[in-house]
Amino acid sequence: MSAVPAAVPAAIPIRASGPHPAAAVLAARADAAVARAAKPAPTGYRRARAPEWVLGALAALAGLALFVGLWALVSKQGGGRIPDPVTVWDAAVKIFSDPFYSKGPNDQGIGWNVLSSLKRVGIGFGLAAAVGIPLGFMIGRFRFLSDMAAPVIALFKPVSPLAWLPIGLLLFKAANPAAIYVIFICSLWPMIINTALGVRQIPQDYLNVARVLNLSEWKVFTRILFPAVLPYMITGVRLSIGVAWLVIVAAEMLTGGVGIGFWVWDEWNNLKVEHIIIAIFTIGIVGLLLEQALVLLARRFSYS
Amino acid sequence: MDLDRYLRIEDVGMTFETKKGDFVALERIDLTMEIGEFVTLIGHSGCGKSTLLNLVAGLLRPTDGGILLAEREIAGPGPDRGVVFQNHSLLPWLTCYENVYLAVERVFDEPNKELKKRTHDALALVGLSHAESKYPHEISGGMKQRVGIARALVMEPKVLLLDEPFGALDALTRATLQDELMRIVDKTGATVLMVTHDVDEAVLLSDRIVMMTNGPAARIGGVVKVDLPRPRDRLDLAGNRRYIELRTTVMDFLYRKQLRQAA
Repeated sequence: MSAVPAAVPAAIPIRASGPHPAAAVLAARADAAVARAAKPAPTGYRRARAPEWVLGALAALAGLALFVGLWALVSKQGGGRIPDPVTVWDAAVKIFSDPFYSKGPNDQGIGWNVLSSLKRVGIGFGLAAAVGIPLGFMIGRFRFLSDMAAPVIALFKPVSPLAWLPIGLLLFKAANPAAIYVIFICSLWPMIINTALGVRQIPQDYLNVARVLNLSEWKVFTRILFPAVLPYMITGVRLSIGVAWLVIVAAEMLTGGVGIGFWVWDEWNNLKVEHIIIAIFTIGIVGLLLEQALVLLARRFSYS
Repeated sequence: MDLDRYLRIEDVGMTFETKKGDFVALERIDLTMEIGEFVTLIGHSGCGKSTLLNLVAGLLRPTDGGILLAEREIAGPGPDRGVVFQNHSLLPWLTCYENVYLAVERVFDEPNKELKKRTHDALALVGLSHAESKYPHEISGGMKQRVGIARALVMEPKVLLLDEPFGALDALTRATLQDELMRIVDKTGATVLMVTHDVDEAVLLSDRIVMMTNGPAARIGGVVKVDLPRPRDRLDLAGNRRYIELRTTVMDFLYRKQLRQAA
């Protein structure tokens, strides 16, 4: 603070000394310095402003409110073909008050439907991980295998997993394994690609450490390769699960049985549109939770 | 065993195959180190001094000549040569303790208790007992380099190989670690081969300074024997006439005789 009174008299003689441009700049700087010093301490501002997360939460709430408002408007204009938010809310309360009832294979609570879908995703994804991770390691490690796999992966990656469904039905002659098989196919590519990428990204330094310390193959794998590749593998898991959750709804619509996708189709046949909207929200929320869980897992295993 | 010729680098040449044809990095390198000696390799960047260190480490195989350590030819990396890398190369998912333990596990066929003691002792030697359970990203650059030194020393190597170990550190931390290294070397009697481009560091630490000519086809351009008494103190040396002479000799070689054309 003692610098401020000293700066003011210094600025005046410089300005008075003439039209020299450098002097003018200096004077302007001195003025700016005085102005800056004259401002109250920044903490005064910070106290007045709401914390960042409150603003974020308000924005999120505003966005949701806007969405529900538009929905209500569309519902009103559409003459009741699309149920309004209140109707859907009432239906949801009713459905979620008893999510685990079971009246035969075609009439089960939404909880059972979600769980069956998750189970299919889990099994299909688990199989894909069991195949894809070792394959990814090998493809990442050996150039020849990588060149061998590249055209196959490039060819099949852009194919919608649902295109594989008839092959699954043909192979397994049952709906449930066919749906799991579709999940397997769609989870496989991200697992292979990301694991292989991770193996290729291992810094040469770490491999040199392994050589200098003369580590056994097992130690090289457990202490260096695996931890170095883990973050990439988790990215693969996240992408796989994301795609699998998208695909399972469509697959179940086609195969039937118990599952959230089939439930959507069933409610469409019953013309219970409010239930379809509930299903959409449920699918979204479950997908969001899966994503968040995997993001947390990824954060746990990131080193920096 | 011939302790005066503990490490023998004999007529070593190193040629890399590149896309643009062969690249001769080192040519006709002859160097002998006695046990307990501290030798630094100094030269401009790209002169192949790190290549030479990697040859001794066994990370590279020479295309000509051979290297013998304690009368055995070096055929690959091994725990008889402890390497400290410039960028510390600690594994980020292991604690300092685990990083050092990883090195000891493989070398000594001893009960677990002994191995643990060795690890604790090595970390104590570099003054890091308090940071054993910390992860590399939780400690400073200087501390990481100390863990690197502990990891190399814990194997009780015949030679300690240091590849510009303090190059990435700030000047004050570097000075502290140089003093620390001198203390450790005094205490353990280690044989050390170190790569550096810092003239003061070379004169302060070495028994001999090996000056390398510019690459390609780098060779040993001269060897300076540092006949300063030990223990050495950086403050006392600052005004020491002999220190200044030695420093000038190395500077003269680097900046007059071997000035890079490109620089």
